[in-house]
Amino acid sequence: MSTPPVLEAPGTGTSPLLEARRVTMRFGGLTAVDGVDLTVGRGQIVGLIGPNGAGKTTFFNCLTGLYVPTDGEVRFDGAALPPRPAKVTRAGVARTFQNIRLFANMTVLENVIVGRHTRTTAGLLSAIGRGPRYRREERESHSRAGELLEFVGLGGQGNQLARNLSYGAQRRLEIARALASEPKLLLLDEPTAGMNPQETRETEELVHAVRDQGIAVLVIEHDMRFIMNLCDRVAVLVQGSKLIEGAPGDVQADERVVEAYLGAPDDEPPPLDEGDEAATRDPNQERTA
Amino acid sequence: MTIKMSSRVAQALTATGAALTLASPFLAWTWTAAYPGNLTLNGYPGGSQVVTLVTGLLATMFAAAAFGVPGVRRLAPAGAVRALRAASLAALTTTWVTVAAIAITLGGAVNVEPGGWLAAVAVLLLATGAHALADDTAESPPKGVRLPWAVEVALITVVFLAAMFVLTYGITTDSAEDFLAFLPAAGFGARALSVAGVTRRISEINARHRVAVAALASALVFPFTQTGDQYTAIADNILVFAAVALGLNIVVGLVGLLDLGYVAFLGTGAYSAALVSGSTFSTFHIAPWPFWATALLGMGVSLLAGLIIGAPTLRLHGDYLAIVTLGFGEIFRITVNNLDGTSGPSLTNGPNGINAIPDIELFGFDFGAPHTILGVSFGRFANYYLLLLAVIAVIVFVYARAGDSRVGRAWIALREDEKAATAMGIEGFRFKLLAFGLGASLAGLAGTVMAHLQTNAVPDNYKFADTAPPNSAFLLAAVVLGGMGTISGPLVGAALLYLIPAKFEFFNRYQMMLFGLALIVMMRFRPEGLVPDRKHQLEFHDEQVSGAEARQVAAEATV
Repeated sequence: MSTPPVLEAPGTGTSPLLEARRVTMRFGGLTAVDGVDLTVGRGQIVGLIGPNGAGKTTFFNCLTGLYVPTDGEVRFDGAALPPRPAKVTRAGVARTFQNIRLFANMTVLENVIVGRHTRTTAGLLSAIGRGPRYRREERESHSRAGELLEFVGLGGQGNQLARNLSYGAQRRLEIARALASEPKLLLLDEPTAGMNPQETRETEELVHAVRDQGIAVLVIEHDMRFIMNLCDRVAVLVQGSKLIEGAPGDVQADERVVEAYLGAPDDEPPPLDEGDEAATRDPNQERTA
Repeated sequence: MTIKMSSRVAQALTATGAALTLASPFLAWTWTAAYPGNLTLNGYPGGSQVVTLVTGLLATMFAAAAFGVPGVRRLAPAGAVRALRAASLAALTTTWVTVAAIAITLGGAVNVEPGGWLAAVAVLLLATGAHALADDTAESPPKGVRLPWAVEVALITVVFLAAMFVLTYGITTDSAEDFLAFLPAAGFGARALSVAGVTRRISEINARHRVAVAALASALVFPFTQTGDQYTAIADNILVFAAVALGLNIVVGLVGLLDLGYVAFLGTGAYSAALVSGSTFSTFHIAPWPFWATALLGMGVSLLAGLIIGAPTLRLHGDYLAIVTLGFGEIFRITVNNLDGTSGPSLTNGPNGINAIPDIELFGFDFGAPHTILGVSFGRFANYYLLLLAVIAVIVFVYARAGDSRVGRAWIALREDEKAATAMGIEGFRFKLLAFGLGASLAGLAGTVMAHLQTNAVPDNYKFADTAPPNSAFLLAAVVLGGMGTISGPLVGAALLYLIPAKFEFFNRYQMMLFGLALIVMMRFRPEGLVPDRKHQLEFHDEQVSGAEARQVAAEATV
């Protein structure tokens, strides 16, 4: 497989925000992610697409420290990113999950406040003592969490249990919780999976609004319209390796991408839109890493 | 369950039943004073008759509310008929238990006087009528109004004193028959108040005030009502048990770590206190340490033990953690058994334990000697009762503040979804170890008092399972039975689990079996515990609490 040229991130001067170099993840004999290079520039929205089982979520887990990559290096904001989830979050990388993972029996507001864990410091003793510093920190956490709920459109629902939110609202709450850690880079793992077109549009607007706050976004997605509307660049992962990376239009037109999704064309390649639907048909199907 | 009957007849039955139920305790139920509580007097209720009278009054009140008597209706905001049914069942069970107990213990139904028969029929009429009335449960109970500050505070005080009165009655029953009649009455009575919406209204009011102060104040009343040490000793043991259960609730209820060896930390605290108590059986022949130093030592040693046991085990999850903690609990007991100078180094005096631990002396206050406070003589156990209340207050304070903070939220997040919590930057191992250490040190604190209270520290007090609390199985059961993640849950659970074996000593052979059965029944019908966390209730009874919302989520998920 030929190494595709890494495009210079538009609109960024110095080092890129996230720089993954030859990230490899092997589980025994299975190579789930094979030498993937990927950069995300400041303020960019980058899409990561690929058929089921291509290793996209595994790659995310390598970036966020849930997995320790077998080989390769992840640099973030000019420094090596240690493969420890707490340090990754503190450095400024936040994520959502493909299958919603909220704290179901905490309230909506508490979920977001937990997201601020790395930006707050109160320990057990100050929690028991409740000095002025503790109270200020709590007040700030509450008001910041309230703002974030407004931002994602969940204002006024803070006291509900997270489990009682509608599906789309749960996905938005996950984004609010991730934003609470004040990230510079937000990793979204299939944010529109299982959503109807209306909810998908709303999510699109939300991701745009996130970027407008100066937060870069790396998004795994199957909805090709979503990718086309949002992304500055798109990388395609097939069987653990990066097939191509480039502007959305170029990627969409690339024969290899069509082939990866639909198999080799018989005579004429079908219009890609149908291909997207084929790939989107069962977005909830569990990918084996 | 409902009975089909015209509403006229049902009302008439209920009214007649209620009236007769109220009248029957004033008649003689049996001819001999051999039955406990003296039920032979006409015109004066005694023993279990009082319970029938109180439950009858409760039923009458809800009946009046169900019939729409002006003013009374407000006492059952969420609907009176279901409350009336529960109250009628309270009267029915307690009365029939008493009548049956008279017949059985005195050797035949001939021992039941007409008054007893009347009572049995009256409660049956009442219960039949109540179950034939049409359900009037309000779809959405009206919101409670804010009352003036003084009224609300007075209300809270009355509620807590009433609760304390009921509990005191249970503790001071002097026969198994009386306790057997009390237990279902208390259970169904509590249910009546709960379905009537009274409990909810009270907790709404409680939320606006410093309710812990009121609870503590009413608990302080108990020793003033006691003349002897007999029941204060029981109350002391309940408090020790409850204190440890509260500590365990941090580990189990908040963080969701199943710890089956928790009693070892109670033992660590008790042995630490015993060793520095100046007892002649202690290896260290020293002057007794002051209690504040002993308490700190007990907490410190238990904390250390918690960290040593937690550091390797907390990397395990779920069942594995449970098994390993079970093992460490037993290791503690076997170790103190063997540190007797022959099997191992001499430290704990082996199976004989450390006995003759002197009483605590704190700032010149000798806990062993009687003191007179406000004209009431406080014996040894009443002194310890006060100390234990202080210990519980400390534990509740720590629990409440830690639970509602950044640390507590991290604990609950770890319980809910460890992977997501990790992704939020919570260091799982560190926070689990913190909870484990905090729980251990609180148990150690309770242990230091327990050693002095019982005047000894012996290995057999710290088993995994035994017929009497505290042991690890009972501690866990108290937390689960009472309600995980709440403060009042473990207190209620501990009181019940201590009183039931203590009052029914004749069940001894079957105790563990009954205990197991009770837990199974509980897990089937009320998995969230007797005093449920609001959130847990939503979790287990989704279809009732938020059926509409659940359906909505399901519908949207299938889009």
